[in-house]
Amino acid sequence: MSLLDNTLQELHNKLNAKELSVLELVNQTFKMISERDGRVGAYLTLNEEGARNAARRLDDKLAAGEERGLLFGLPAGIKDNIVTEGLRTTCASQFLSNFNPVYDATVTRKLREADAITLGKLNMDEFAMGGSNENSSFHPVHNPWDLDRVPGGSSGGSAAAVAAGEAYFTLGSDTGGSIRQPASYCGVVGLKPTYGLVSRFGLVAFASSLDQIGPVTKNVEDSAYVLQAIAGYDKMDSTSADVQIPDYLSSLTGDIRGLRIAVPKEYMGEGIDASVKEKVMSALKVLEDLGAVWEEVSLPHTDYAVATYYLLASSEASSNLARFDGVRYGVRAENPSNLLDLYHESRSQGFGPEVKRRIMLGTYALSSGYYDAYYLQAQKVRTLIKRDFDQVFEKYDVIIGPTAPTTAFKLGSQVDDPLTMYLNDILTIPVSLAGVPAISIPCGLADGLPVGLQIIGKAFDESAVLRVAHAYEQHTDHHKQRPTL
Amino acid sequence: MSTSKYETVIGLEVHVELHTESKIFCGCSTEFGAPPNTHTCPICLGHPGVLPVLNRQALEYAIKAAMAINCTIADVSKFDRKNYFYPDSPKAYQISQFDQPIGENGWIDIEVNGQKKRIGITRLHLEEDAGKLTHVDGGYASLVDFNRVGTPLVEIVSEPEISSPEEARAYLEKIRAIMQYCGVSDVKMEEGSLRCDANISLRPVGQQKLGTRAELKNMNSFRGVQKGLEYEEFRQAEILDEGGVVVQETRRWDEAKGKTLTMRGKEQAHDYRYFPDPDLVKMHIDQDFKDRVRASIPELPDARKVRYAAEYGLPDYDAQVITSSKPLADFFEDSLKYTSDAKAVSNWIMGELLGYLNSNSLSCRKLKLRVKD
Repeated sequence: MSLLDNTLQELHNKLNAKELSVLELVNQTFKMISERDGRVGAYLTLNEEGARNAARRLDDKLAAGEERGLLFGLPAGIKDNIVTEGLRTTCASQFLSNFNPVYDATVTRKLREADAITLGKLNMDEFAMGGSNENSSFHPVHNPWDLDRVPGGSSGGSAAAVAAGEAYFTLGSDTGGSIRQPASYCGVVGLKPTYGLVSRFGLVAFASSLDQIGPVTKNVEDSAYVLQAIAGYDKMDSTSADVQIPDYLSSLTGDIRGLRIAVPKEYMGEGIDASVKEKVMSALKVLEDLGAVWEEVSLPHTDYAVATYYLLASSEASSNLARFDGVRYGVRAENPSNLLDLYHESRSQGFGPEVKRRIMLGTYALSSGYYDAYYLQAQKVRTLIKRDFDQVFEKYDVIIGPTAPTTAFKLGSQVDDPLTMYLNDILTIPVSLAGVPAISIPCGLADGLPVGLQIIGKAFDESAVLRVAHAYEQHTDHHKQRPTL
Repeated sequence: MSTSKYETVIGLEVHVELHTESKIFCGCSTEFGAPPNTHTCPICLGHPGVLPVLNRQALEYAIKAAMAINCTIADVSKFDRKNYFYPDSPKAYQISQFDQPIGENGWIDIEVNGQKKRIGITRLHLEEDAGKLTHVDGGYASLVDFNRVGTPLVEIVSEPEISSPEEARAYLEKIRAIMQYCGVSDVKMEEGSLRCDANISLRPVGQQKLGTRAELKNMNSFRGVQKGLEYEEFRQAEILDEGGVVVQETRRWDEAKGKTLTMRGKEQAHDYRYFPDPDLVKMHIDQDFKDRVRASIPELPDARKVRYAAEYGLPDYDAQVITSSKPLADFFEDSLKYTSDAKAVSNWIMGELLGYLNSNSLSCRKLKLRVKD
């Protein structure tokens, strides 16, 4: 049995029992990274020295019998749009290729305080804009199941690193599906918490009203374990929810008898691959056998979600990314002729094409004379989409469907077709607009590629989402399958 | 001057820095005059990933200020982003308020040449101040100081009901006095904690439709406001007399040249692309909070003036002058603990004290003199 087959809790116990030192674990993980990451490309920056120093400190702490955190000694990767003090944070953008943050994100601090080890920073689509990781301005990420295929995005590095055994867990961020879709493509577990459950302080904003940080792990138990460490109210984030955080691990009872599942017909219709639908149907059968009941429902505004999302997210992005102006940090154009030229040139040089496309789209949608027709209209549709979910949740405990319409596609096959690329998120975007939690878990392979099952819950009911996912996982072994690298 | 043919229409936008301990969205100090860029942090510098958290004191002061100028206080108010690129704005947007300001529909009374007039106030909103640029001589560089960025600011917009530069000055002086009495601001024009922009247009007497307006900036003293508007009144009248058309534009008052000069035209006007700031939640201002803030507003200058006339028999003019500055009015009242002859104290203040202060260009705020001295 490889160390990678352990759950985080088992690993944590082994470290505590001194069967393995933190330094040994960290060294082994870096060995794995050096063997595999040349082919996968999950990491943008490695924190080898920092991680080894931290490992030694933790080993000393254990030897001295001091109190240890929940994630003691567990090696993690962090998506590169989450700031880490003194550790380069690029958002996979040339603009920030030399940017060293002067502060830690709240989740970074929480990981540190829980005694986790930061292995390095993970590749992503530039500023989290994309669904294939091909928009990284450094290098693409390759799907560990088939290196010719994309890992999904924007948290492609976060998902691929876990799938390839290059981290024991990772943090990603999800704006319209950026944790769940790559988790689906890479055959790992990705959780997008309720908007407001995990602090956004220190997450470089793409679309502030949608962005959420969440864990990517090998199994559901690990997901609950990491969520426990990062969830909770933060006074530094005004949109953070002041709610009681339950014990997520204790919600993993395996008992889903009487659970009411809604399956939206819009999530199982046209445009969804037959092989994906088949895996979802088999999963529903498993859940039925465990005592749950499911019925078909309708989320009637699903068709408008992608358009709504691209207007709102791009509008917010156009403002959020305005601070990258070449004046204080990041790329600064040489010898500008005047101030306007400095802005133009710095931003032209620093941003890639997808980022520029979305800034232009968002700027347009917020412009005088267009605001009512685009931004305001999209806000109204968002309310309708949220109401769709509210209505279904009056009668059902969870909503289940596929995470993505297809399995991972070939690298380069959609780069020239942004609209098709945008449609890959058709099943994850409505959930983000509604602000509710959802998890993607592996539910089998189609032609050797992982398929993801999406379980969506009520706001702040991560416990239900995790319980259902865990019950399913206990009766299947899809999550135990590993790519051969 | 030919202004008699024309009616002058002026609206003022007054910015008042709120005197809170810390900035509006972070914990940095708002102290004036510190070495450049020493009162800064990742939040007010707009570093990637930071988020704003509203300073409750700033909200309370803004509500207090809005109440003192008789505004209706919103039950629900929100912040919006005003997007523009300029090096004094590290996020490239200012957190301000667009369509749901803290206060609306207020008024204040002013008095010019013994004539009382009520000036309507459209709105008061809360926002963050920008940094300060210093252009190096020779124009090869500009330096930016972010100490001021994030200082809480209220913008008070008047109705276009001010009819002369003199009234404009009286309005601004009254706003200063009210804010000073409320204790929400230093209101020092020389330090920029009180600033004023004006919109001014002329129209033939009797015409309903407003004339084309110019926006006037960079008036850095009470005198500057009056002088700048007088010049602009004269300039526009001259254009109209010659049958010309006033161009809609932004102009700056050049104190040294004694003129207003073009800054930018209408076509260069910004589209600020306002939208609700998704990093901040809506503010629900409940009745209890409103009542509590209202109860904290002290006696305001108009009320004091009436009281001085009634209680001490001060002439209207003397009461007006003494109450126009809170330190002066407080000094007056302190003196009455030692004597009952209010008229004599008033005469001494009006004559010797103010004469001394004026001839030495001193402000009564800096008055070190104590009553016991």
